[in-house]
Parts: sequence; structure tokens; C-alpha cells
Amino acid sequence: MLAHLPILQVIVPLLAAPTCLILRKPSLVWLFTLLASASAFVISILLLQQVMAEGTLIYELGGWSAPWGIEYRIDKLNAFLALIISGVSTVVLLAAHTSLEKEIPQDRQTLFYILYLLSLTGMLGIVTTGDAFNVFVFLEISSLSAYALIALGKDRRALWASFQYLIMGTIGATFILIGIGLMYQMTGTLNMADLASRLPEVPQSRTLFTAYAFFIVGVCLKLALFPLHLWLPNAYAYAPSIVTAFFAATSTKVAIYLLIRFTFSVFGVEFSFSVLPLETLFLALGLLGIFVASTTAIYQNNVKHVFAYSSVAQIGYMIVGFSMATSAGLTATLLHLFNHALMKSALFLALGAVVYRIGSAELNDFRGLGRQMPLTMTAIVIGGLSLIGIPLTVGFVSKWVLVVAAIENGWWPVAALILLGSLLAVVYVWRIVETAYFKTPEPGRKPVKEAPITFLAPVWILVSANIYFGIDTRLSVEVAQAAAESLFGVSP
Amino acid sequence: MNFLSINSLFPNLALEVQLQLCILLPLLAIPGIIATRRSPNIRDAISLCTSLLVLSLVFSLYLALDRGEIIAAHWWQILPGLDIKFSLEPLGMIFALIASFLWFVTTLYAMGYMRGHNEENQTRFFCCFAVAISCVMGVAFAGNLLTLFIFYEVLTLSTYPLVTHAGTEKAKQGGRVYLGILLSTSIVFFLFAIIFTWVIAGTLDFTPGGVFGETEDTIILSVILVLFIFGIGKAAIMPFHRWLPAAMVAPTPVSALLHAVAVVKAGVFTVLKVCVFIFGIDLLEELASTQALLYLAGATVLLASLIAMRQDNLKARLAYSTVGQLGYVTIGALLASSLGVIGGSMHIAMHAFGKITLFFCAGAILVAAHKSKVSEMSGLGRQMPITMAAFFIASLSIIGVPPAGGTWSKWYLLLGSMDAQQWSIMIILLLSSLLNIAYLLPIPIKAFFSDDKQSSSHAGMKEAPLPCLIAISISTLGCLLLFVFPEPLHELAMSILDQPLNDNSLEHNSLGQITNGE
Repeated sequence: MLAHLPILQVIVPLLAAPTCLILRKPSLVWLFTLLASASAFVISILLLQQVMAEGTLIYELGGWSAPWGIEYRIDKLNAFLALIISGVSTVVLLAAHTSLEKEIPQDRQTLFYILYLLSLTGMLGIVTTGDAFNVFVFLEISSLSAYALIALGKDRRALWASFQYLIMGTIGATFILIGIGLMYQMTGTLNMADLASRLPEVPQSRTLFTAYAFFIVGVCLKLALFPLHLWLPNAYAYAPSIVTAFFAATSTKVAIYLLIRFTFSVFGVEFSFSVLPLETLFLALGLLGIFVASTTAIYQNNVKHVFAYSSVAQIGYMIVGFSMATSAGLTATLLHLFNHALMKSALFLALGAVVYRIGSAELNDFRGLGRQMPLTMTAIVIGGLSLIGIPLTVGFVSKWVLVVAAIENGWWPVAALILLGSLLAVVYVWRIVETAYFKTPEPGRKPVKEAPITFLAPVWILVSANIYFGIDTRLSVEVAQAAAESLFGVSP
Repeated sequence: MNFLSINSLFPNLALEVQLQLCILLPLLAIPGIIATRRSPNIRDAISLCTSLLVLSLVFSLYLALDRGEIIAAHWWQILPGLDIKFSLEPLGMIFALIASFLWFVTTLYAMGYMRGHNEENQTRFFCCFAVAISCVMGVAFAGNLLTLFIFYEVLTLSTYPLVTHAGTEKAKQGGRVYLGILLSTSIVFFLFAIIFTWVIAGTLDFTPGGVFGETEDTIILSVILVLFIFGIGKAAIMPFHRWLPAAMVAPTPVSALLHAVAVVKAGVFTVLKVCVFIFGIDLLEELASTQALLYLAGATVLLASLIAMRQDNLKARLAYSTVGQLGYVTIGALLASSLGVIGGSMHIAMHAFGKITLFFCAGAILVAAHKSKVSEMSGLGRQMPITMAAFFIASLSIIGVPPAGGTWSKWYLLLGSMDAQQWSIMIILLLSSLLNIAYLLPIPIKAFFSDDKQSSSHAGMKEAPLPCLIAISISTLGCLLLFVFPEPLHELAMSILDQPLNDNSLEHNSLGQITNGE
């Protein structure tokens, strides 16, 4: 059983998806989905323990050894990612049943859970597989289900948002496919480890650069790197709240994983950062992303938009860490990946609770919520503080590690810019705080009650995680550090 | 609250536990405060008991420190090499003693004030107050910069609801300036300086003599010093002083405790701590930026006093006066002489007593006479003799003349500036005393001696509520007693520079000597 964990990680949610069709009744389906996601979570915990103790796990699918067969390769990096994805998915699902009541008609709820599970399968598949083409397959599984999930949003603008994402996402996926195709053409292999050993032998031809360029641009589209982020804000704002909470924490992270995996493991640091001007490029785009997106976030009137733009900015921080091409920088990126997943899932889920009660996420409707929904608003405030990077929250730990990495790298102006960027977060978070606590609600509006416990419990689990991992960083920092070091050591 | 039994348990309570209890007790009181929100008497009694308990704990720690015991506690590690830990040394002791004592007095005062003024949300008020005090204790006992920074930031956040207590548009604006300046300076400058220090020195522990090696580039260290001084926005060095007057929208007890004692003193305390235990005064003397920052602090002192003269609102006048007085402590730290450090740390105490009394009086006048403007206060002395007399004595302490405690700290600051041969700073200090006279003394003088026609309108007015008067009397008495018995405080201040911090630093020192010997 334990030996099969790598494949079970993917197969459990994959098989659970069609099973939902048999169950039909939404509440049953919800419980079943929760169960499937929770078991995926347990599997990822076991996998991480195994990997930390024994090193990389290799699982040959159907007993066919690589490079002929498909192999699943679990190292510290992807075990860490799988843990984030399945963990957030499980906690977010706790609130799904309540949230869907208000947002999705009864007859489509089963469909929702099926799509959700498929999306989860896709993401877990991307991170666990060791085969480049398999990556593309899972990418399509997760993306297609994502388009449909976003389109389920009750606002009709969700359709347009989904369509926008469909176009951009498909371009991205096509680019990735072209990149993988070119790699295959040059080396005759699709296995990542095999690719890594063969690519250096290939002369540095134009094909190699083209392959890399296509792949990177495609991935950057998926990870919403500024200025390729245009699909993200609307997709996050109009999707059902649960979907936003899940995607904000995971989907862009998966793309960052691909970026890291292919840059460091497959192509190698040597090629990526010495031959190509990747350092300057990513540093500039990352910093621009931080400032442009944070500034845009300040001017949004829909709170979901505010946090969506903030996500683009936070991706900027991860990319800055990535661009350093040092072990410390990569640790910062991975750590922030984990921490940002906690912040954004908490924030968007809390927003889901607000939407559940008042039916909108417009900033104007937040007036007076500080009194009417004290626990939910406190959660948003703590999530916001974490986003700013106040000590005792995860945001502080990320910021600390990132700034230390920048200074150690001799980039002290970058360090200053990173800190300046977090001031912009103060502005957009405080707009929400002031509206909720200092303004009185419109006279006509009925007072609303606090969100139901089914919402508050998962929100506060995530908020507590924000504080817990801000105080006890052993898990997150150790794993991130180990993963980063292994990427700089030997390729998988 | 079984206060008595715990008190008798003190000998059995390990000193480390007492230290941590000082930080945790105010937090533990919060559930009690919330649970008893329906009966204000019990709620306020809980606050009062907790503050007494914390005060006695701090005092017992003081006695232990006096015996020469080393008290330290370690909580946990946040990142490798970065711990949350506490260790007690004389400077922190001074701060903790003052803050815990004045917390008790202010709680007494707040009970009278908040009820007399019919303020809303009193429960929230007392909760945030407790969090703030817990943070102050954390700042005072912090064993390294990271711990200090954490409590420093939480202090900013926990006082935000206190500043914006009224919930009005004006309170919101004030809160915005307050949070905006304090958060941005601490994130952009202070945190940057801390991380820089961490990368260069490899440690953030407060170490006697400083953490930087002798080989470090003095230009970089100069930059770090500038970042520290600007980053510690709570010390209100110009141009980052605007938050202090903005925070005056808060209810008076908040202004009294937080903006005469807790928040601002946390700022200057941090400045002193950084100067003495991160840089070390020997290194400080060599840095190019020290001189420039000294002049900046001097300019802050003068400008703030000049602005204070033009304020008609009493609280605004006191706020600018505070900005100026904080400059004294920063000057004391930057003089880079032991006398300056003694003067600066004594001034933390002296100014705290003087300024809190002044704020108490301002609040008492507001509650009893509903007056907040200086120009309306002539002739008030007849109706409120106790308040106005207290105002007079506290003013003397701020100015620095006998028979009030402020005399001593000013004395040492002047000695320090002579010792460091900073003649211009000495002149600034003297000038500032004159300015203090000009903006403070006219208030009680007019209150007692003016034959203004307005005084008839004061008829029928009474003194402030009794708890307020008791609080005012205690703090005024403090001002006077500190003049007569400054010795314990002076001894503490003297021992700041010659006391090793804890075991680790001792080891560190001896190791350093060994390597030097080789």
C-alpha cells in the first residue's frame, strides 16, 4: 500500500470524480468529495514524511521502467506542493456545502463537485508526475475543469471571465505543448530525469532556445506573471467563492512549480541563468508586478478584485525570489508559495462567508460589517495583516527570508523595494478595514448575522494556520529549504 | 483573583516565570474583562487587580535584579538562529517599572474618566489597553531585536483601536496618520535595518558593547544607524513625528498612558537599546551619521517646542511638547557618552511621570469643565485647585527645575553633552527649557491669577471625579518623590553600561578576549 502512494495521490480524486455521478444527492456528494480530498491530504502527508526521511521516491506506472514507461517521481519539492494543494482543498471543501446553497442551483451542485475533483486531480497530477507529456495532460484536465468551474459563478460576467481565461489558458497550454514537443524532437525522450541528462548534450541550437522560450512563456501565462495576468482578476472575482478560495491558493502555485521544475531540474541553472538573461527579465517583471498590481488593487471597488490583484503582486514576490537563482532565494519563493496559499485561501474563504450573508463583495456593502460579522471580519483583518507581513503571521516569515536572501545576494535596493511594496498592501487592506469598522451601513439594509459555523470553522482553521506557521516555522522553512537545496544539488 | 495568596507565593515562583507572567498576565485578564462586560465594577476591578499584580511582579524582579541575579527566558525559535527570548537588564527594568506603575495609576484614572465622560465600548477599551501593556512588557524585556520588533509592531496595532476609539471621521483620519507613519517607518526602515544587522553581524542579541565586529565598514553602519533612528517612528524624530499629534483624537487616558508612557517610551527605549546594545557607544562615536542625527534630534527638540507654543488645544500642545521631550532621550543616546545614556534613561522615567500628570489634568479639565482650549482655562484654578496645582508641579518637572524629578535627568543630559563636547546640543537643551517655561507655565499661572471675566462662567463647577483626582495625586507625588529620592533610579541607570546582559554574552565576551589574546 505504502509503495503505491505516489499514484494513489492522483488516482483517488480521479476515481472519486465519476463516483459522484452515482451518488447524485448533493449533500452526499459533498461528503464524498470531502472524504476523497481528505484522503489525498493524508496521502500527501505520508508522502512528505517518506520523502523527508528516505529521499526521492520513484514509482513506475504499470511496471514499465523509465524512459519508456511513465514514472512518478516524488521529491521534496513536489511532496511539499501536493501537501499545500490537498490541504487547502480539504479545508476549503468544509465550507463548500453551505456556500453552494446560495451560489449554485441544486441541480448543478453534483457537477460542481465532479469538476472540483477533476481540477484537484489535474493539479496533483502535474506536481507528482515525472513525465513532461503527462504534465501537459494533467494541465489540460485541471484547466478544462477550471474553465467550467469559473463559468458556474452566479454572476453572468462569470461566463465572460471564464471565456477570457479559456483563451489565455489555451494559448498558454499550447505554448507549453510546443515547448515539450520541441524538447522531444531534440532528445527523443519525455521523461524529465532523462531530459535533464540529455539536454546538456544537445548543442545549444536555436531549437533549444525556442523550446525553452515557448515553455516558459506558456507557464508564465498560467502563473499570471505580470503582464500576462489579465485573465486572473475577473476569473477570481466572478467564480463561485469556494472555487476562488481553492484556485487562489493553488492554481498559480502549480504553474510556479512547473517553472521551478523545468528551470532548475530539467534545463539546469547553468543553462537557464547563464545563457539566458533570465535573472534580469524575471527580476524586472517581478518587481513591476509587485508595484503595478498592488497599486491597481488599491483602486478596486470589489474586494475580490482587490485580493485578486494582490495575488498578482504576491506572485511578483515569488518571482523575485526565483530570479535570484540562489538557494536562499528559491527557499524564499517556496516558503512564500506555502504562506501565500494560507493567506489567500483564508481571505477568499472569509470573503465567501461575506458573500453568503450579503450577496456581494462590493466594498460599499462592507460598511458596518465590523459589528455585524465580527468573527468573519476579524479573520479578514488577520489575513490582511498576514498579507502586509506583520510579525507573528506567515507573511512576516516570507518577507524576512526573501529580504535576507536579497541582501545576501547583494541586491539591497531590491530588498528595499520589497519592503516598500508591502506598504501598498497596508493601503488596500486598510481601505477594507476602515469601510467595515468606521462606516455605518446604508439605512435601508437589513442587519446581517454572523456567518454560519460551517463557514467560520474552516476560515478560522486557515487563519490559525496563518498565525501558527508564522510562529512555528519548522515545517515550512525546513521543507522549503531542503527542497531548494536539493534542486541546487543534484537533478532528480 | 486570589491576589494575596499569589503574592505570598512569590518566593516560590521562579524568576523566569515571573518575567513571563508580566507579559502574559495582562493577556490572561482579557477573557475576564470580556466575560464581566455586563457589570462594569467587576470588569474594572479585574483590570485594577491585574495591574497591581503585574506591578508587584515587576517590583519583585527589580529586587532580584538588584541582588545581581540573571533573569532570562526563552520561548521558541522562529527561524534558525532567530529566537523569541527575554532577558532582563537595568534599562528594561526602568521601563517596565515605570510602565507597570503608571498602568495601575492610569487604570484608576480611566475608571473615573470613562464613566464621567460616558464613553462607549469601554470593554474594548480595557481589552486593547491590556494588550498594549503586555506588548510594552515584551518590549522592555526583549532579549533580542526580533523579539523587540514583534512586540513593537503588535503595540502599534493594538493601540490603533484605542486611538480611533471615538469612531468618528476625525478619529479615522487620526488613526490613518497614526498607523500609516508608524507602520511604514517600521516596515521600510526599522525592519530593513534589523535584517541588515542580521546579515552583517549574524546575531540580533542585545550584547553589551554592541554586536558589530571592528572590521565592519563604518559607512554601512552609518546607514544602518540612520535607518534605525528613522525606523523607530515611535521616537518621533522629525519628520516622522506627525503621528503623535494625530493620535490625540484618542480619549485622554489613552493619550496619557500610551502617548506619554507606553508607545512613545517604547520608541525612545528602543533607540537607547539599539545605541547601547547593538552599536555600543564606542562604535557610535566613530560613525559619521551620529553627529548629523544628533543635530536632527536637536532640531526636533527646538521646532517641536516652538510649534507647541502656537497650539491652543491643550492636548495638541502637550503632544508637541512630548515630541520635543522624546528628542532629549534620543540626544542622550546619540551623545555616545555614558552620562548621556544615564540622562536619557532617567529622562524616560522623569518625563513619563511629568507628562502623564499633565495629560491627566487635561482630561480632568475636559471631564469637569468640558474645556479643551488653553485660552478658555484662565481662572480655572479656583474651581479645580488640586488639578491645577498638579499641573504646575508636573510642568516644573518637564521644564527641569526643582523640586521636581525632571531636574536630574536634565542635569545628566547637560553633563553628557559637556562630556561629549557637544556645545551646540548643550545650548539647545538650555534653550528648550526656556521654551518649555513659555508654553507650559502660563496655563497654571493664568488659571490661578487671572481676573478674567470668563471666570464667572466657571461658577458651580466642581473638581474632577474622585478616581481621577487620586490618580493625579499619585503621579504628582511621583514627580516630587523622584526629585527627593532619585538614587534607586540613578543606580539602575548607572548599571546599564557596566552590567553584562546574561550568560551567553558573558561567554561571548570571554571567548572574544581569548581570541584577542591569541
